[in-house]
Amino acid sequence: MSADRRRFLVSCSALALAPALALAQQNPQREALLREVTRGAALRIGRVLVDTPTLADNGHSVPLRIAVDSPMTAADHVRRITILAERNPRPVVASYALGPYSGRGEIVTRIRVADIQDIIAVAELSDGSFWMGSAHVIVTELACLEG
Amino acid sequence: MSMLARVQVPAQARRGDVFPIRIAIQHSMETGYRPDNFGRRIPKNVINTLTCRYNGVEVFRAEMGSGVSANPQLQFYLRAENSGELVFDWVDDSGQRGSERAPITVTA
Repeated sequence: MSADRRRFLVSCSALALAPALALAQQNPQREALLREVTRGAALRIGRVLVDTPTLADNGHSVPLRIAVDSPMTAADHVRRITILAERNPRPVVASYALGPYSGRGEIVTRIRVADIQDIIAVAELSDGSFWMGSAHVIVTELACLEG
Repeated sequence: MSMLARVQVPAQARRGDVFPIRIAIQHSMETGYRPDNFGRRIPKNVINTLTCRYNGVEVFRAEMGSGVSANPQLQFYLRAENSGELVFDWVDDSGQRGSERAPITVTA
């Protein structure tokens, strides 16, 4: 009984760790894409919230909010936010240049999602560090299928 | 085809306050993957760059690709500094430009 419970707990923690691991390794395509965005710099997971519905019924227009945890002062602010959808035909969706005058490291837009995938946002901060967040999106009507 | 756009900027803000800006532009944001009625591929044509200048200083820039939805909507934030004008400029792959401006009054 206790062995079962232990195995269950271990599998639970494995599940909790899975997204972070999946983002960090295991996917050479994603790694190459992220390396392109960070120009080879280290990328850490955290500080970036990707807020989007888990189940989006229309892939042509999926609402998306990216919020970066930053005081947005002259000394410490977000320089750039890049949105990636690796299974789209063109994975770099958009890139936004911000600064201390933005007051808030946040962007709201609508994007096309070609497949069930993780939407990734990478934030470049003023100290040169890169942070990443992601959200898994399931779309029932995929974009980019016509023709 | 002229590009209709709507920009929402608060008429007034207190100095130091952070206010939202919303912009919506009428544009098909052609991906380049869609065929027309004769099966010919419609070339990619998206609004690739949008900038916002606040009293002449660029304070925001969006570089967009075909992954952005048709009739792009965008919301971002700015900190109120001085009264003046916000100018939005954008251009698509075909070279067509659009522009919109909004005044803002900043109170102490």
